Order: sequence, then structure tokens, then C-alpha cells
Amino acid sequence: MSKYLLNKFLYTVDRDPELVERYRDEPRELVTWWEAERANAVLNCHTGEASTWLRFEEAEREALIAHDHVRLFELGAHPFLTLTLFIAMFERDNTAPLEYQKAFGMRLAHFALPYPDIAT
Amino acid sequence: MASIVAVIASTHHPFYYRASTATGEDRPPFADEWTRKILAFRETLTRANPDVLVMVGSDHFHQLWLDNMPQFLVGKAPFYDANWYNEEREFGLPRMLLKGQEDLSAHVLRAGLDAGFDLAFSNELRIDHSITCPIITLRPEADLPIVPIYTNIFAPPLPQPKRFVQLGQAIREIVESWPADLRVAIIGTGHLSLELGGPRQFGPHGPDPEFDQRAVEWIATGDLDNCLREVTLDSLHAPGNATHGFMDFMLMMGVAGAGAKADHVDTLDLFHTMEAYFTWYPNGAPA
Repeated sequence: MSKYLLNKFLYTVDRDPELVERYRDEPRELVTWWEAERANAVLNCHTGEASTWLRFEEAEREALIAHDHVRLFELGAHPFLTLTLFIAMFERDNTAPLEYQKAFGMRLAHFALPYPDIAT
Repeated sequence: MASIVAVIASTHHPFYYRASTATGEDRPPFADEWTRKILAFRETLTRANPDVLVMVGSDHFHQLWLDNMPQFLVGKAPFYDANWYNEEREFGLPRMLLKGQEDLSAHVLRAGLDAGFDLAFSNELRIDHSITCPIITLRPEADLPIVPIYTNIFAPPLPQPKRFVQLGQAIREIVESWPADLRVAIIGTGHLSLELGGPRQFGPHGPDPEFDQRAVEWIATGDLDNCLREVTLDSLHAPGNATHGFMDFMLMMGVAGAGAKADHVDTLDLFHTMEAYFTWYPNGAPA
């Protein structure tokens, strides 16, 4: 289980407008590219340094490709990161204020406390 | 010596800027009441006539990330750029540039380290809405130099609630021992009950109005004993999955002091979360 890597995906895609659009439009292409090219980049370091060991588990990769925020919650991805990125991708389709945000919560209604652990 | 002319604790609602500046059909029905409350709150800082602001907040995974996560961090820089692309995108927040009070940052770091707090520091810190929201609400001119202090309420493992209180108590003493003859306001923002990215988000009220009521009472009366007795890292999951931000209110209770009754208390029951505003005048209310 690589909660850290899930979070790293959500964090780095959310903060890049071009990647947000690619993830919305072509999730499989974007997730595959990101895992191959970006997953091992050491963010807080000079460009060019990289780790060698980071990769998604199958369930994580599939949840990201499916835009499945319910599964991401279950897997322990940080809910703030998931929410922020998914609002960026889908709030634009709202037909009423907060429509997407409310639906996002409704889809998680079957979770009771304690929620999945988000500690990394 | 420096004097602490106001201690202020508040929620930091990123929707305020857009709600308060919207006009016509875009203006939400709660905007007028919210703006009135904010203007009254702003007056509590204006009356104190501060020279410098110490600003306590929490980075929302902007500059601080899981590969290198500090628990408590003090900015020490001559300037701070502020707000991030995703805050412009989601909340419509403006880009800002704030001046730093670098000598007070140095003093907080030296004295904090000597007092047993292993504070991290940053010489190039871009701050986010946890600090710019209170600038927008309390000092929209953004003309006073700041010392930003970030806490980790976001990425577990987190420090214990009592550690936030102790840091607040230390910040009070440290600022009071700063040799400059300047007027300092200490401002911190946190959350009451709050859910983000979970099933209880964006409801008609905050996720736990009963917790909010108790929390406002603890803060308004300086009731650190009951607050510390009831609040644990585990207990804060129950009112909402982002309620650990309440520990920044506990830090500010530490700054204000045990038993210190707030001179200004106000709340606003909004969708999604309750807003709350508190001001203490340690040297008595200004004339």
C-alpha cells in the first residue's frame, strides 16, 4: 500500500493546470505517464534527482484511472487532496452551487467512524 | 520591550473573499451578515493599532509536503508571496505580497529553540489562505510586516493538543521579551468542526454543532482545563475529519492565557462550517 504515492499523485497533478486537464480528459494516459515519469521525482530537491522504488499497487492505479474518489478514500488517500483535485476537474459541470461537492459527500455516505487511516 | 496589544483567533474561511466582493445575482444571501460581522471583528484589530502581526496558520499541502514535513515552522524572510494557483482557482483569492519582520522571526526562532521547541524555519515561504484569510478579513490593506508560524494539523502524526497550548504560551512570552518598542498583535486561525473530502462535508451546518458550541465556550472563557481534558488526537476525529485544525485555536488559547475571557466573541452559522471570531486585549481594551 502506497498512500504516500497516491497523495503525491494528487498533490502534483492538482498544482499543475495542464495536468489537471489531462487527468480529467485522459485519465489512463495521464496516470500511466505520471507513474513512469514523475512518481520517483524527489520534489523537495534539485531537478534531476530521483528515487527508484515508488510504484502504485494495482488497486491504487485502477482507482486513479477510474476517477474513483470513493475507492481513494477507502485506500487512505488524504481526503483534502482528493477533494481539491476533483473539485478542480468536475465543479465546472455544476448546474447549482456546490452540486458536485454535495454529491461527492453523498457517495461516501456508507463510511462510518473511524474512517480509513490517512497516516503515511 | 514589545507589547502585545491584541490576541486574535478566528476561523479561516476561504469563501469570504469571493462572497464579500460578489454583487448582484452572484452575491450569496448570507454575504451581508457575514460582512457586517467581519467589519466589527476588523475594528477590534484596528483599535489596537498594531505595528507588527505574528500570524499562526497551517499550510494546506502547498509548500510543505510529506517528503519533508515540519511540525512547527517559523518564516524568516523579508517578504512573503502569498496564495497559490489552486486557491485562485477554487476560491478566487488574489495574489499578495506581505512584508516580513525578520528580526522578530529571528528572535522567535532563537528563544523558541532555547525554550525547548525544535522549530523549523524557512527563508523563502509562500504562505496560503490560513494566513491570508485573516489578512483579508482583519487588515485588508496588507500593510503591516508579519512573522508567519505554521503548525501541522494536517498530516499525521501530529503533535499532541497540549503541545499547541504550550507553544502558544511560549510565543506569548517570547514576543513580550522582544526588545523592540513595538506593538504586536498575535493572530491565529484554525477550525471548529470541519469535514473535508468525507461524507459529512458541505452540510447545512458544520458537521458537529454541539462540538462547536462547547469549543466556542472554551475559547471565549479561556477554559483550557476542560478543553485539554476533552480534546485528544483521537477525539478530534469525531466532530469531522478536518477538526484537528481546532488545535490552532488551542494554541491561541495558550497565547491568550488560561482563564482569559475574550473581549470580543462572535460566531456565524454557515453551511459547511461555523465561523468564529475572538479578540483579547491583554493590557485592557484600547480607548
